[in-house]
Amino acid sequence: MTQLPQSTQRKLGLVIDLDTCVGCHACVISCKGWNTENYGAPLSDQDAYGADPSGTFLNRVHSYEVQPEQGAAQLVHFPKSCLHCEDAPCVTVCPTGASYKRAEDGIVLVNESDCIGCGLCAWSCPYGAREMDMAEGVMKKCTLCIDRIYNENLPEIDRIPSCVRTCPAGARHFGDLADPESDVSKLVAERGGMDLMPEMGTKPVNKYLPPRPKDRIEDQVDVLAPLLAPVAEEPQGFLGWLDKALDKLPGGRA
Amino acid sequence: MTQQPRIELSPKVSDEIRRTTCYMCACRCGINVHMKDGKVAYIEGNRDHPVNRGVLCAKGSAGIMQVNAPSRLRKPLRRVGPRGSGEFREISWDEAISTAVGWLNELHETAPHKLAFFTGRDQSQSFTSFWAQNFGTPNYAAHGGFCSVNMAAAGIYTMGGAFWEFGQPDWEHTKLFMLFGVAEDHDSNPIKMGIGQIKKRGARVIGVNPIRSGYNAVADDWVGITPGTDGLFVLSLIHVLMKAGKIDLDYLSRYTNAPVLVNAADGPDKGLLLRDENGKELVIDRVTGKLTPFDQPGVRPDLSATYEKDGVTHRPVFHHMAERYLSEEYTPEAVADRCGIPASRIRAIAAELARVAFDEAFTIEREWTDFRGETHKTMTGRPVSFHAMRGISAHANGFQTCRAIHVLQILLGTVEVPGGFRFKPPYPKPVAAHPTPHGQGRPGRPLDGPHLGFPRGPQDLQIDDKGNALRIDKAFTWENPMSVHGLMHMVISNAYAGTPYKIDTLFMYMANMSWNSTMNTKGVIEMLTARNDDGGYVIPRIIYSDAYSSEMVAYADLILPDTTYLERHDCISLLDRPICEADAAADAIRWPVVEPDRDVRGFQSVLIELANRMQLPGFTNEDGTPKWKDYADYIVNHERKPGIGPLAGFRGENGDQQGRGAPNPDQLDRYIENGGFYISHIPEGADYYKPWNKAYQDWAVDLGLYDSPQPYLFQLYVEPMRRFQLAAEGHGERQPPDNLRDRIREKLDPLPIWYETDQTGNDGFTVNALTQRPMAMYHSWGSQNAWLRQLHGRNPLYVPTKLMREHGLKDGDWARVTSPHGEIVVPVMEMAALNENTVWTWNAIGKRKGAWALQPDAPEATKGFLLNHLIHELLPPKGDGLRWANSDPITGQAAWFDLKVKIEKAANPDDRAECEPVFDPIKSPVGTGPKDLAWKVGK
Repeated sequence: MTQLPQSTQRKLGLVIDLDTCVGCHACVISCKGWNTENYGAPLSDQDAYGADPSGTFLNRVHSYEVQPEQGAAQLVHFPKSCLHCEDAPCVTVCPTGASYKRAEDGIVLVNESDCIGCGLCAWSCPYGAREMDMAEGVMKKCTLCIDRIYNENLPEIDRIPSCVRTCPAGARHFGDLADPESDVSKLVAERGGMDLMPEMGTKPVNKYLPPRPKDRIEDQVDVLAPLLAPVAEEPQGFLGWLDKALDKLPGGRA
Repeated sequence: MTQQPRIELSPKVSDEIRRTTCYMCACRCGINVHMKDGKVAYIEGNRDHPVNRGVLCAKGSAGIMQVNAPSRLRKPLRRVGPRGSGEFREISWDEAISTAVGWLNELHETAPHKLAFFTGRDQSQSFTSFWAQNFGTPNYAAHGGFCSVNMAAAGIYTMGGAFWEFGQPDWEHTKLFMLFGVAEDHDSNPIKMGIGQIKKRGARVIGVNPIRSGYNAVADDWVGITPGTDGLFVLSLIHVLMKAGKIDLDYLSRYTNAPVLVNAADGPDKGLLLRDENGKELVIDRVTGKLTPFDQPGVRPDLSATYEKDGVTHRPVFHHMAERYLSEEYTPEAVADRCGIPASRIRAIAAELARVAFDEAFTIEREWTDFRGETHKTMTGRPVSFHAMRGISAHANGFQTCRAIHVLQILLGTVEVPGGFRFKPPYPKPVAAHPTPHGQGRPGRPLDGPHLGFPRGPQDLQIDDKGNALRIDKAFTWENPMSVHGLMHMVISNAYAGTPYKIDTLFMYMANMSWNSTMNTKGVIEMLTARNDDGGYVIPRIIYSDAYSSEMVAYADLILPDTTYLERHDCISLLDRPICEADAAADAIRWPVVEPDRDVRGFQSVLIELANRMQLPGFTNEDGTPKWKDYADYIVNHERKPGIGPLAGFRGENGDQQGRGAPNPDQLDRYIENGGFYISHIPEGADYYKPWNKAYQDWAVDLGLYDSPQPYLFQLYVEPMRRFQLAAEGHGERQPPDNLRDRIREKLDPLPIWYETDQTGNDGFTVNALTQRPMAMYHSWGSQNAWLRQLHGRNPLYVPTKLMREHGLKDGDWARVTSPHGEIVVPVMEMAALNENTVWTWNAIGKRKGAWALQPDAPEATKGFLLNHLIHELLPPKGDGLRWANSDPITGQAAWFDLKVKIEKAANPDDRAECEPVFDPIKSPVGTGPKDLAWKVGK
């Protein structure tokens, strides 16, 4: 059993906007690229060109159809990676202490040299956010790009997770959710940011911004209808209106 | 608290960053290639680059797996087995070049038209066309004919530029963005960035698409339209907006041909625009009431006034539009059922367009002067913008539908104004500034001009005195008079049939014509392998260049292996399809950030070597020596006109000139220092109203985009189309064949119309069938990419809930899908967010066994499939003894979205392991990829 810190000074995490995620998987592959080359063992791929390719990905995008009570079905793209929970069951379940939550920023990491690949943490994670690397036999997970966010070899603007840097739609945000004045905290407050499966009691740090209501244009038609009042019913009447309207233009005869 | 491990928080990122241009799709983003130990370690977006400003899509980041893909070809290949077997022997480049020259030189000197040279995902068309022109063959085009020629042609004929990479919404100001028929797109990252940007500030996005995925999934409002009816929907919006007077009359009178008078006198000029002796369109000046050329200082063109002469009343274009679009046939109630959109919804969308365009209009304090010499103190913003793409284009009514969308945005006054749609240099560029097509091949000499251009009327058709096509693809004939991108999809079938003539050599680049880049895949394979009675092939010789072991490789006789995009020089040129922004002109290069580790060469350099060996005109100095040794040399030193070359940046001997200037021997180094690109910003005040803005026109001339200012009117009424109609009505010397007269009269209407596409043979086939590319693979063959294929390794047929129930289907079942042309058996999956009468799948996931270095049991080769098997390049016989092309009658655009099918549950689902049809495996020239990967370049 490994202990969680009683509290962390900061709570670094992601805020993911489900209203703008177009499901392009840019974050998935950027993460694969950075983390293959950096923290710990590379993210391997098995049967890479064969019948059942399966590799280690620290971030995946799922797509769900939602059928509202009224109106057309909707499709929601849902990126998912480790949520860096405050009460992270993957940490407390770890028999070797390899899984830990950093006291200074709350990032949950695996110390690969202590990991025996038993898989208990993956079993305990209600989000399925951990991935066993089949080549290395160690547990891999999102590090929030800890080797980027403090990296003095990177320009300051690039000291963010690779998934955030690459997201074309700007749907991913990174910051300190312990600081109510941070951009991410304000975004969560403005947009009603939500915990994923709060009933699990894991207190995830990452938040999701819900999609805005959709398909409401017809509800607004009452407001808008006067805009469409006909200027005339017949083409001849239209030309009469046209002549008057032209007179009102700059340089017209009116 | 337990002791935390110490970790390295500032590891070294890489030894070096090399900045070049991505080629994983058509978007051409700037990339930072991080190098470790001389190898590619990591790829990210370049923050300074105008296209992507640091972001990068999945394809771009997965480029490392492309440059290391096991499917890369390694050496030139000469076929030894029969075509299609995949049996080759590796040969030297000397032998490869000598073989190609041996075949080609004789054709160049005796019958250049017997070479058909067509390129696929080519980003060097200004160079490949130059090569073909100097070879002397009329038979050149790229893949636009089956991609999106309708989009390009309709945009340029209507307003001197299209959606796509010709322009973009004014993301900074737009408040309502409406997109039609877009899955992923050219400009893929900029559109994602734009959608994110406008949604952040609460702008509304309306997605018109039968399938609610991707951008349509995040749209605030989804219009799940019946495929092929977008034009009818748009004309209904036009009806409602015109009827309510919610159109920008000031804009229409100043900047469009709405006030131009249409000749009403019977005879050969009927329906043409009235012009003065200098060819200037005539309008009535509302100030003086007099007839005058449109462009004179102080003139206020009158949208309403008519002109009487010799007892004939000539009416302005706008009268003709009112007459047509106010007709009851376009009321929302009249179109709702056909479009599958409730009338109330059409009205609500029209109302929202009107509200945002007019009630949310805004003013920017920015002075500018128009082409009439009038100075405007401010610019009026109308924050409505549109974008459309292949879902509109790939129908046989696509050209007129694209036209309708442009007419809608012009009626709202939203093009080239703040908040609307903006062109990117070198656009706007009217038809008058484009060449006409040329097709007269001459032995040993260059073609008489550029292959592809914009016909102004029947005089520009590429036909001989008997009406026979000059080109193998029959572009620019009465069957498709305005086929401005050629018809790559007809090349193989015409060459096979020997109409209009037989060819000797088919030469293709990056075009997977025996698989996903063709209609009627099985038929095309048969044509490529068909033999004459004497045992020789009907298409005698095929040369193919590709970097990878694609399905097409097996069908060629000689393979010229290309490099990957990280191993080559390229230029993304203003002469071609550049990477400009609405506020700036920009171009870019690729350069070898790594050297090839195989015996491969960049295709463009190989073309130069072939040209040098044949001493092609244009490539050869007067003393017989070659002008350029390779493509990099050409990029720097070629001058299209004096001072204007492939790259606009860092010109002149000192590299301090832009646009125009002498070649600079250090130009490529300067590009590399600058991050791989060059950018020149449009001055403030020149940045909107570009077609009419004096300051923009002068800037464009200085940069070399035009030779002289080219102000013009938007062509709501497209006069060249009327010229084709006049011919069909019997006027003029060049006459269409009688069987095409009615079609030309009806379809080449100079004002947008909507018509149902030809439904011959579709009895009993009632379900629309579409394809899209996934964002992670758009314009990119991802199945060879170990990372991307884990995202999309199989492609079920997505079936709407209603059809699943009707046919007793559940997820994972197999369905037999039949069209008038063919049949496939494929796995299905239910999708609710889908037009209830439409099925669809991801395109080009399905692969042939033996291709792309995949294991033969890869899901792409067993459960992946193509809809292409169901689509024929010809329509079913009508009984008139003729076969009509499955394409747009105006542009020849392949109409693969017109596909109708029926669907039924297939028998024996438990036994079935593979889709049908099943093809024999082809022998891989590169073997198959390794089993497992654990990639780490740096130690």
